[in-house]
Amino acid sequence: MGRKLLLDKAHIEGIRYYDTYRSNGGYAAAEKALKTMGPDAVLEEVKKSGLRGRGGAGFPTGLKWSFIAKPEGVPRYLVCNADESEPGTFKDRYLMEFIPHLLIEGLIISSFALGANSAYIYIRGEYAWIPDILEQAIAEAKNKGWLGKNILGTGFDLEIYVQRGAGAYICGEETALIESLEGKRGNPRIKPPFPAVKGLWQCPTVVNNVETLAAVVPIINIGGDEYIKYGTGKSTGTKLISACGNINKPGVYEIEMNISVEEFIYSDEYCGGIKNNKRLKACIPGGSSVPVLPANLLLKTAKGETRMMTYESLADGGFATGSMLGSGGFIVMDEDQCIVRNTLTFARFYHHESCGQCSPCREGTGWMEKVLKNIEYGKGKMSDIDLLWDIQRKIEGNTICPLGDAAAWPVAAAIRHFRDEFEWHVAHPQEALTRNFGLAHYADPLPAPVAAV
Amino acid sequence: MLLSSFAGKNYIKMAEEKKLFKVKIDNISVEVEPGTTILNAARQIGGEIVPPAMCYYSKLQGSGGKCRTCLVKVSKGSDADPRPMPKLVASCRTTVMDGMEVSNITSPEVLEARKGVVEFLLLNHPLDCPVCDQAGECHLQDLSYEHGADSTRYEFKRRTFDKVDLGDKIKLHMTRCILCYRCVYTADQLTEKREHGILGRGDASEISTYISQSLDNDFIGNVIDVCPVGALTDQTFRFKNRVWFLKPVDAHRDCENPKCCGKTVLWMRGNEVFRVTARKDKYGEVEAFICDTCRFDKKDVKDWIIEGPRKIERHSVISQGHYVNTVKPKDALVEVLDGRQPKLLFNIHSESQVNRPDIDLSKIHGPAHSDDFKK
Repeated sequence: MGRKLLLDKAHIEGIRYYDTYRSNGGYAAAEKALKTMGPDAVLEEVKKSGLRGRGGAGFPTGLKWSFIAKPEGVPRYLVCNADESEPGTFKDRYLMEFIPHLLIEGLIISSFALGANSAYIYIRGEYAWIPDILEQAIAEAKNKGWLGKNILGTGFDLEIYVQRGAGAYICGEETALIESLEGKRGNPRIKPPFPAVKGLWQCPTVVNNVETLAAVVPIINIGGDEYIKYGTGKSTGTKLISACGNINKPGVYEIEMNISVEEFIYSDEYCGGIKNNKRLKACIPGGSSVPVLPANLLLKTAKGETRMMTYESLADGGFATGSMLGSGGFIVMDEDQCIVRNTLTFARFYHHESCGQCSPCREGTGWMEKVLKNIEYGKGKMSDIDLLWDIQRKIEGNTICPLGDAAAWPVAAAIRHFRDEFEWHVAHPQEALTRNFGLAHYADPLPAPVAAV
Repeated sequence: MLLSSFAGKNYIKMAEEKKLFKVKIDNISVEVEPGTTILNAARQIGGEIVPPAMCYYSKLQGSGGKCRTCLVKVSKGSDADPRPMPKLVASCRTTVMDGMEVSNITSPEVLEARKGVVEFLLLNHPLDCPVCDQAGECHLQDLSYEHGADSTRYEFKRRTFDKVDLGDKIKLHMTRCILCYRCVYTADQLTEKREHGILGRGDASEISTYISQSLDNDFIGNVIDVCPVGALTDQTFRFKNRVWFLKPVDAHRDCENPKCCGKTVLWMRGNEVFRVTARKDKYGEVEAFICDTCRFDKKDVKDWIIEGPRKIERHSVISQGHYVNTVKPKDALVEVLDGRQPKLLFNIHSESQVNRPDIDLSKIHGPAHSDDFKK
C-alpha cells in the first residue's frame, strides 16, 4: 500500500463534519502554525517540502509565495482555484466534497503565511452542490474560532468567501479567475504584472490550486524534511490522480510519486487494468491539454527507462516523446478508441471554451475543430493533416494565456504519434465511419536507442 | 500641501536623475524612458521596424495585447538578465529593460507568426472591401497587404452577423469586426457611461448593446475613428463616397463642448463636406478626440475655418487624388484640333437625371436613390 497524506482519513465516516475531522487530528497543523510557528517559518517549511503546484504547471509553491509583493498598507489576498474544469480532472471535487475541512485548514495556514486576511474559494459553476458543503464547513470552523477575528488569540484575522463561477473553463486561468472574481468578464489579463504584484483588486494575490493548499496541512504536520521523503527527486509528496477511461476501477487515487505508470494502470490497488481485458492503446496522463502518448512511449521513455508517475519522468523526452503530469487527469484509452475522434472532442471543447480575446485562439481553435470534423467524418484530405499541424503551430505560444497552448498540444501530439491513423481516416473514408483503426503498432516495443558514437 | 510640494521636489529630482534605457530593435539603438513599451520605442525609431498594431491605441489606456500582430522576439532580456524571453511577446504591452535586444523584421520566427496572425484575423473577415466604407483607410487592408498570404486555406463558411444600427449615427457591421476592444475602451474612457460591450465568447463573441439600443453620448462617435476596420461606420457618410475621391482638409471651429478640441479633418469634394473626422497620425491614431456635434452635425463649410490640405502619406490610396501641388495636364486635344474646341454631342449634366451638381450628396440621408435626383 502506498503511503497517503491527504486521503489517509477519507474513509472515516463523517469526516466531512468538524467534530469528526477535529477528533481525528484535524486543525492540529493550523494550531501548530499559528501558535508555535510564525509566517516565515511556515513559508520556510513549505519551501523545504519542495511542494509543487498541483493545478498543472508544477511551479514550486514556496517560491510562488515568496514572490508576493508586500507594500505597506495594501491588503494581500489568497485565492483558491477550485475552477476544476479540465476534461479528465476531478480530484479537487473529491477533496472539497468529502474533506472540506482539509482545504479550509490549508487556507488558514497559507493565509497566515502570506499575511492575507481574506481568502476566496473560486469554485466551478457546475459544482453546484459543493459551495453549500464548503459554506457549511466554513460556518463550523468559524463557530469554533478558526476563522474570524483574532484567531486562537494570535491577532490573526481571516475570512473565507466562496464564489461560484458561471461555467467557463477559461476562469481556471489565474488572471481570468481574478477578473471573474471582481465581477467582470473572465478574460485573462496580459502579464506582467503578475498577480503576485497586482492581482485581485490590483492588490498582491496568490492563486493556488485546491490540492496544493490541502497539501500544506500534512507539510506542517510532519515537517518539510519529512515530506521530501515521499516521492522521488523534485516530485515530492503525494499526488491525487483522477483516473478515468477504459480501466476497471476509475476514481480518485492518492499516489506517492514513486510508482511506475505501468503499476498505476495495472495494479489492483489503483486502476486495476484495462477493462474487458483489452489492450492499452494510448493515455493522456495529465488532463486533456497535455500530449497524448501511445502505449509504447507511455510505459517506457524513449531512452528505454521505465516511466514513473512523477513530474520529471512523464515529461522525459519533451513533447517529442514525452508528456506532462499536468493536473493529474489520467485518461486511459484501449484498442477500440479512435484517436481522431478523441482529438476532435478536445478541439471542440477548446473551441467552445476560448474566451475570444486574442485572435490566434479565437479563430484557430474553431478552424482546427472544423478540419478535424472533416477528417473524422470521411471528408478529409491528406493536406488537412499538414494544415492542422500548421494551425496548431501558429497558435502555440502566440496567445495571451495558456489556453491557446492547451488547445494546440493535444492536436500536435495526436498528429505526432498517430499520424498513420489520421492518414488511414483520409485514405479510407468509408471504412473509417464503420470501424476503428485499432491498436496497430502503437504498443510495439520501441527500437532500442542507439548510443551516440 | 507640505506633502505634495515634497513629492514635487522629489519628482524633479527623479527627473534629473532619470536614466534612459538603451534598447536595440532590429540592431538599431534607441534610448527611451523607463516604462516605455517596445512598440513605442520602435515608433521612436520609426520606419519599417515598427511592428503593426491592430488593437493597441496609444490614447486609450489598457488597450493592446489582444490582436497579436505586434509580436516580437526578445533575444536579450536586459543587461542585468541577458536571457532571451521564451515566447514571442506582444510589443505593445511589454516594457523595455536596459540593454534589451529585440528582433522584429529580422526574425523569421516573428514574420512567420505574424503571417499566421493575419491569416487568423482574415479567417472570418468577409473581405467585402469593394462595398466597405473603410476601404482605403482600413488597417486590416494594409496589414494583409503587407503581411498576409495571397490566398486563404480556410474552406468553411465564414461567421456572419446581422448589421445593427447603434442609433441613427453609427452602424455596426459585426461580421467585419476583429474584436480589438478599442471601441469598448473608448466608451469607457471618453463617455460617462459605457452602453456597449462584448457578448458571448470565443468566435461567437460580438460587440453589442445587449438589448438593441442606440449609443447616445456626445463623444461616442469616436468609436468610428478608433475602429481599425469597417465594423463601426458613420451613418451620415455610408455609401456617400469613397475616401480616395475626397479631399481631406484640416479645419477647426470653436466648439461649445469644453472637452472637444474642435480640430478636425473635413473630407470634401468641391465645396461639399462629406464627413468630419478627428485628425489621425501616421499610425492611424487620432491626435485628439472630437465631439459628436462636430462630427455629425457640422457638415457645412461655413461652420469651419479651413486651415489647408491635410498631409497624407504618399503611399496611401487617399493621396492618389493628388490634390496638393497638382499640375493640371495640358489638354492636348485643343492643340491637335488647331485651337478648335472639341464638339460635345450633348452636355451630360443637362441631359441626365442623375449627376446633378446642384444636389449635395452629403446632405441626403442614407445612400442616394434615383428619387433624390428627380426634378
